[in-house]
Amino acid sequence: MNDTAPTPAPSPAAAETLSGGPGAVAATLSPPTAPGTAAHARRRRPRGGAWLATVPLLAFFAIGFGLPALAILIGAFTTSSDAPDGGGTFTTGNVTHSLQGAYATSLWGSVKLSALTALLGTVIGLPLAQAVATSRFRALREAVMAGSGVLANFGGVPLAFMFVATLGNSGEITKQFKLTSHGWSLYTFTGLSVVYLYFLIPLMILTITPALEGLRVQWREAAANNGATTVQYWRHVALPILLPSLLGGFVLLFGSAFAAYATADAMVGSSIPLVSLQIADALSGNVLVGQGNVAMALGLDMIVVACLVMAIYLPLQRRSAKWLS
Amino acid sequence: MNNRLSKVRWGRGTVMLLGGLYFAVPLAASAYFSIDSRKGIDFHAYTQLLKAPGFLPALQLSLELAVTSVVVLLLVLVPAMIAVRLGAPKLRPVLEFVCSLPLVVPVVALTTGISNVLGWAPKLRATPFYQTLMVIQDQNFPIVLVIAYVPMALPFAYRAIDGGLRGVDVKTLVEAARSCGASWPRAVVSVVIPNLRTALLNASVITVALVLGEFTTAAILGFAPFSVWINSNGKSDGQMSVAVSILSLLIVWIVLLLMSAVGRQRRARS
Repeated sequence: MNDTAPTPAPSPAAAETLSGGPGAVAATLSPPTAPGTAAHARRRRPRGGAWLATVPLLAFFAIGFGLPALAILIGAFTTSSDAPDGGGTFTTGNVTHSLQGAYATSLWGSVKLSALTALLGTVIGLPLAQAVATSRFRALREAVMAGSGVLANFGGVPLAFMFVATLGNSGEITKQFKLTSHGWSLYTFTGLSVVYLYFLIPLMILTITPALEGLRVQWREAAANNGATTVQYWRHVALPILLPSLLGGFVLLFGSAFAAYATADAMVGSSIPLVSLQIADALSGNVLVGQGNVAMALGLDMIVVACLVMAIYLPLQRRSAKWLS
Repeated sequence: MNNRLSKVRWGRGTVMLLGGLYFAVPLAASAYFSIDSRKGIDFHAYTQLLKAPGFLPALQLSLELAVTSVVVLLLVLVPAMIAVRLGAPKLRPVLEFVCSLPLVVPVVALTTGISNVLGWAPKLRATPFYQTLMVIQDQNFPIVLVIAYVPMALPFAYRAIDGGLRGVDVKTLVEAARSCGASWPRAVVSVVIPNLRTALLNASVITVALVLGEFTTAAILGFAPFSVWINSNGKSDGQMSVAVSILSLLIVWIVLLLMSAVGRQRRARS
């Protein structure tokens, strides 16, 4: 192939002219005259002003999100209005209090429940999404995606009502299979996990499907041509590429489960210690005098936990786009 | 080869069947629960529901809130995301960070903050902010809920639109349109946006579903959209509460079908 004598001299020069583009040509051919700069400026203007388009979003965000977040922060570190000093004084008492006793138990309970359900949702959601994404039936694929869109956000009170009718003490499935005599109860940690998975798995399918569709057929073919089995393809090619997306999905699921309030409230009341239930309790004045701002401190605790999870996820996310863009 | 292919298909079928069962059984059991009575099949839970007071106003309020939230969300988010792709790549991590932030603040906590901010009203009595705070809490159309729902939907909408943007080369599209003499707004509106149709539709669907189902903020702040009505009305009658739950799922489903029908129509026309 390389029989001919190498001609190093012309090629770099040619490459330079090519890569220089019209700008380089313009620079060498003519000095920057007035019309030239005008054209240049016109081409550049939207570049310079592009950030302006982000201002409405950031402004809206500051009002709808920043202001309440600031209120939480201030509230968590000041005394309540029903405190002896009239409120507003700096204190770390709320935060200290929110990390002790029943509050600490509820925080740990929420973390455990969210981590378990997010993990299960990820592990179950991936094969389901893969089965759907590679399905030959387009109608089925669209139906599943549409269904996932509905179910992923079908939390709250209706979900609780539905599961009570299905697996509650007098639910249809409970009666049919006499589950109570087998020790089943919906109003436990396990029961709540089953309910949460009903919206977490669809959420996982929604999140992971774009990444699965980004997996190129050629990669699979290349692996097969090199003699890789399906398991090897998944272990060495697909999963490493999907890992950031999977972690992203896990974080999303964790956040959803961690923040869920209405379902747990309607289903189990406060028999399972969860931090969101504790906050609502504290908000409704169900705390000792002078500790109204404990709700804010608990909110802050929740935010800190979620931030820790995020801190693991974000650096990984940055490495992801490389393959799936 | 053929043999292996069919084996793979079998695995796929089993996975889908199990998944389908998990999601279908509670639905079927609830449907049966809502019509099962000692005298046999009885639809009283559904017929009573239509007569129940406050059903239609609550539903209407929820739909209005959903539409407004989608419009506001797309109006602020889409220009920002396209602009970042085109001319301000340095802002991209910032935008991504901002759009992921609501995930780390649980709705209960955010609501605590919002109710705290709304509680500042008496201190601001002498300023125009007081009037603003009163207006956004109008019971007939609480704008404060839209202000709360848009950040809540932001992470999901961002992901949907970002996925769409990854599928199209926005820069090349815009450069091509500009070369053909299109202005900047025209290049974005008639070239980039149509390419993002599916992504925008997905973002809208997620937002609509989120708003229709949202309970925590509305309940704690004392407004009565559909979800809050379901809770207060459904608790008195076990069967009716389940009937209403199934109905709320159906309503979300119908909204979704309508939206995708609209999307398909546009696709066919263009």
